[in-house]
Amino acid sequence: MSWEAVIGLEVHLQLATDSKIFSGAATTFGAEPNTQACAVDLAMPGMLPVLNELAVRYAVMFGLGIGAEIGTRSVFDRKNYFYPDLPKGYQISQFHHPIVGRGRFEITLEDGSTREIGITRAHLEEDAGKSLHEDFHGQSGIDLNRAGTPLLEIVTEPDLRSAEEAVAYLKALHSLVTYLGISDGNMAEGSMRCDINISLRPTGSDQLGTRAEIKNVNSFRFVERAIRHEIERQSDILEDGGKVVQETRLYDAERDETRSMRSKEVANDYRYFPEPDLLPVVLDDAWVEEIRAGLPELPVEKRQRFEQQYSLGAYDAGVLSASRPLADYFETVAGGCGDAKLAANWVQVELLGQLNRNDLGLADSPVSAEALAGLLQRIQDNSISGKIAKQVFEAMWQGEGSADEVIEARGLKQVSDSGELEAMVARVVADSPDQVAQYRAADEGKRKKLVGYFVGQVMKLSRGQANPKMVNDLLAQALDETD
Amino acid sequence: MTVHEDEIARLAELARIRIADDQVPAVTRRIGDILGMVEQLQAVDTDGIEPMTNPLDAVQCLRPDRVTEGNQRDALQAVAPAVENGLYLVPKVIE
Amino acid sequence: MHDLTVAQLIDGLRSKQFSSTELTRHYLERISRLDPQLNSYITVDESGALGAAAAADRALAGASGNLPALTGIPLAHKDIFCTRDLRTSCGSRMLDNFVPPYDATVVSRLRDAGAVTLGKTNMDEFAMGSSNESSYYGPCRNPWHPGHVPGGSSGGSAAAVAAGLAPLATGTDTGGSIRQPAALCGITGLKPTYGRVSRLGMVAFASSLDQGGPMARTAEDCALLLNAMAGHDPLDSTSAQQAVPDFSGELDQPLAGLRIGLPAEYFGDGLDATTGAQVREALSLLEQAGATLVDIQLPHTALSIPTYYILAPAEASTNLARYDGVRYGHRCEDPADLRDLYTRTREEGFGDEVKRRILVGTFALSAASYDAYYRKAQQVRRLIARDFQDAFAQVDIIAGPTTPGPAFALGAKTDDPLSMYLEDVYTLAVNLAGLPGLSAPAGRVNGLPVGLQLIGNHFQESRLLNVAHQLQQRSDWHLQTPPETEGGAP
Repeated sequence: MSWEAVIGLEVHLQLATDSKIFSGAATTFGAEPNTQACAVDLAMPGMLPVLNELAVRYAVMFGLGIGAEIGTRSVFDRKNYFYPDLPKGYQISQFHHPIVGRGRFEITLEDGSTREIGITRAHLEEDAGKSLHEDFHGQSGIDLNRAGTPLLEIVTEPDLRSAEEAVAYLKALHSLVTYLGISDGNMAEGSMRCDINISLRPTGSDQLGTRAEIKNVNSFRFVERAIRHEIERQSDILEDGGKVVQETRLYDAERDETRSMRSKEVANDYRYFPEPDLLPVVLDDAWVEEIRAGLPELPVEKRQRFEQQYSLGAYDAGVLSASRPLADYFETVAGGCGDAKLAANWVQVELLGQLNRNDLGLADSPVSAEALAGLLQRIQDNSISGKIAKQVFEAMWQGEGSADEVIEARGLKQVSDSGELEAMVARVVADSPDQVAQYRAADEGKRKKLVGYFVGQVMKLSRGQANPKMVNDLLAQALDETD
Repeated sequence: MTVHEDEIARLAELARIRIADDQVPAVTRRIGDILGMVEQLQAVDTDGIEPMTNPLDAVQCLRPDRVTEGNQRDALQAVAPAVENGLYLVPKVIE
Repeated sequence: MHDLTVAQLIDGLRSKQFSSTELTRHYLERISRLDPQLNSYITVDESGALGAAAAADRALAGASGNLPALTGIPLAHKDIFCTRDLRTSCGSRMLDNFVPPYDATVVSRLRDAGAVTLGKTNMDEFAMGSSNESSYYGPCRNPWHPGHVPGGSSGGSAAAVAAGLAPLATGTDTGGSIRQPAALCGITGLKPTYGRVSRLGMVAFASSLDQGGPMARTAEDCALLLNAMAGHDPLDSTSAQQAVPDFSGELDQPLAGLRIGLPAEYFGDGLDATTGAQVREALSLLEQAGATLVDIQLPHTALSIPTYYILAPAEASTNLARYDGVRYGHRCEDPADLRDLYTRTREEGFGDEVKRRILVGTFALSAASYDAYYRKAQQVRRLIARDFQDAFAQVDIIAGPTTPGPAFALGAKTDDPLSMYLEDVYTLAVNLAGLPGLSAPAGRVNGLPVGLQLIGNHFQESRLLNVAHQLQQRSDWHLQTPPETEGGAP
C-alpha cells in the first residue's frame, strides 16, 4: 500500500529579549551555571513573576507577520509537573487563551511550487533549565540559567506531508522570525527547537492515523532525518499489519533513530489552571496598530518587491530575500552599482559561491556589499571586463584591498586609450593578410562572424585589458576603410 | 463522597508525597470527609456565571525588558542542600 | 511601656522620654520572661533588634524633622515574611533551615519606615490552620488562657501583641488568618483589600486570596502600620495600582449617617449566643455614635466554606510544588533516586494538614474533576462576590461577629478538620471577594475575647479604621490586657 504522512510541528522559539520573561535576570547564552538564575527563576519562597513587555511585543509581531488573530485578552496558565529543571513545579504557559490565534504561512518548495500551512496558535511560555549528567558521581547537575527564557510555541495544523515540506516550513519560519528580529534563530544554541507530530494513512484517505510525537529536534537536517526515519518505522509497522502506538519518541542524532521515551511513566495530568500570580494580558488596539505600523518588510513582501523593482525572476528574488542580511547586502550592491541584474548575478554566483566553498556565513564575508558594488562599478564604466572582474574579486576575497586598489596594483585597468588601441589594431590587421582578404571578400552576414578573430587577436595582444567596444569600433574602421 | 485508596495513591503520586502504608486509610478517610463537604457546591446553579480567578478586575502590568538581576549565585546557593561547581545536585535524571 | 499605644510610643521616643534601645530591651526582656509559656515567637533576633534600635536612636538624636514614621518602634513579623539573613520557616519543618538572602517588600518597607524587627512569630504551617496548632514549632497559646488556642494562622502575631511582647505585628490573611486570631486574642487586625499590600517575599499559600496586613492593639496603631505597609509594588503583578491614602486621616470622622449592614447569615444558627450579645453591644455603641443599623442578606455565605476549601487548596497544591529538596529547604537523607528525593522530602517536610490540602487541591485540579470542582468553585466565588456588591448598594459597611465563638481549647478540633474549617465561616467570603475586613475587640465571653468584624468595599480601609477607632473611643475592650503568666511551657 502507499502511505501518506500527516505531519504537524510545534516549534519552541526563544525570543531575543535581554531579560527573562518573568524576571530581570539575563538571557545570555553560555554563561557559567546558575549565574543568570535569580530568586524568581529559582522559585525561592515568596517570589513572583512579572511579565516582560518585549516578549509580548515579539509575540504580537509574529502574529501580525502571519496575519493571525491577536488575542486581545490572553491568559497565562500553570502546567504542573515535577522535574528538576522546572524549579516551581509548574511551567507558566498559555493554554486556553493564547496570545496568537489562527494564521497562515506560505512555503515555497524546491521545485518552486508553493503550499499554504495553517498555524493553529502561538503562545508565550517560559523555558526550563538543563540537567547535566556527566561527572557528578552518578548524580545530575542542574543549571537553571535557561529557566525563564521567553519562548513562543508555534503550533501548525497537520498540513505538512513530507520531510521536505517540514524543512521548507522551518526555513520559512526561520526567515520570518529573523526578519522580524524577534529571535536570533540560532539552532545550535537551541533558539529554535522542534517537536514533530507524525502519523501515516493510506494515500487518498482523509482519516488520521495514530500519531507519534518526536521531541526536541534541533536542526533542519535532524528534522528531515527524524521524519524520514519515523515514516519508515511507521510504514514498516503498518505494512506488517501492526498498529502504531501513540507515544513520545526521542530522536537520537548519533544513531539516527527515534526511540520511545519513558513509556512506563504514569500518564501525566498537568492540572492546567489560570496562573493566579499573573493577571489577564489585555492588549490595547492602538498598541497593536503601532506594532503593525512598525513591522519591517517581511520575506514574502520583499520577494515580490524584488521581482517588480529589480525585474528579477521568482527564483532569484526568492534566494536573495531568504534572509534579511542577504537581502540588505544585495540591495546595497544594486544601489551602489546601479545595475540590479548584474548585482543579483554577482551576489548569487560569486559571493554565495565563495561563502559556500569556505563554509562561511554572510556576516563573515571578507568582501563587504560596498566593496562589491565598487567592483561592479568598474565593470560598468568599462575599466575592466567581467572576466577580469572575477580575478579582482578573488584578490579582494584574499584581502588585497578594494577593487580600485587591486586593479591599480595588478595593472588590470582596461585599455581605452584610442591611440594605443589603434596601434594594436593596425598591427593585427597588418599581420593577418589572409584573414583580411577573406573578410573583405565576405558579405555583411559573414563579416560579423569573421571579425571575432581580429577581436581575439587584439585582446590577446592587450592581455585581456583592451576595451572590447572600442576594439570593435576601430576594427570596423580599419577593415572597412580600404574596402 | 467515597474516595478509594487507589485515588489517594494517584493524588499522592501527582503531588509527589509519600504516604506510609499504615497512614493510607486515615488519610483516605479525611480526604473523603473534605471532598464530601465541598460536594455541596454541585447543587448550586452556576449556568452562565463566568469563573472568577482574581478578586479585582485588573489587568497585567508589563515590565520593561531590562536586566536588573546580576549574578547572585553565591548568596542563593548558600541555602542549597547540595551543590557542586555551581550546579544543584540531584539523583541521576534519566531521560 | 508595653501598655502604651504606638502613637504614644512615638511621642515618647521623639520627646526623649525613652530611647528605642530602652524600648527594644524592654520588649526583649518580656519575650525572654513570658514567651517560654506563650510560644508566640519562632525566632527572636536580639542582636538585629538592638542594632536597629541603636541606629534609630542615632536618627532620633539628629534631625527631628523628617524622621520616618515608625523610627525606633519595635515590631514582630509573622514568620511567613522573608527576612534577609533571618530564618524564615513559615511554621514548617520544610523551611526550618531557610535563611532568605532577601527581604519581603513588606519587611523592607518597614525597615525603611524605621521599625525595629524583634523577631518572627509563630503560625500555622504555611498559614494553613485556624488555631496555630499545625506549627512545626508547637502551638502558640492564648494569652488570656494558656489552655486555649490563639487562633490562626497569624496566632503568634496576635498573641505577642495581646501579651505585650510587641506593640505591632504583621500578619497575613487568606481566609481569616489576621481577623480570627485578632478576635480571639482581643486585639485589632485588618486584612486590607486584595492587592493593597505587596505579596513579594511573603511565602505563598493561595495567591488569589493571600493578603498581608497590620495587627495592633488599636485601630489607630493599625493605621500607622498599614501606612508603612501599603502601596503598589512593581514586582507583584497582582499589587493594586491604587493611590494610597493616609489611613490615619479619617479616624476622627463622625459616624452620623453611616449605614451599617448586618447580614442575617452572620447572626443565625452556629453563632454562640453570648458572643452574639457582645457583638450586638458593640454595634449599639456605633448606633449611639450616629450610625444606622440595616438588616441585609448575603445569601451565599454558607457556600464560602466549600468554595474556599476547593480554591485555596488548589492554589496551594501548586504553590507548594517548589518545595522539592533541590534548591533550599528540607531534603531527605540519601535519596535513592529522583522520585525518592521528591516524595520523601515532601513526606518529611510537610505536616498532616498541609499534606491534606495539597491532596485535595491536586484532586480539584485533576483533569477529571476540574470542571465539577475547581471551575464550579470559581463560579460560586463570583456569586459570593456579587452578594457583597448587592449589599454595598444599600449600606456603607457590613458588620458582624468575626468568629462563631471565643477561642477553643487546645486540641479540641485537631482530630476533626471539618469542625476547624467552620471557624472561618464569617471570614472566608471576604477573601474570596477581595474585600478589606477588620476585627476589633468586642469584649469577652467566659474571660476570652471575641471580635466585631467590619467589612468594607474594595479600598475602603480608611472607613473601617474610622469606624473601629470611633468604637474604641466609646469602649475600653481594646485596652484590657491579659494577666502575665511566667514560666516554661505548662
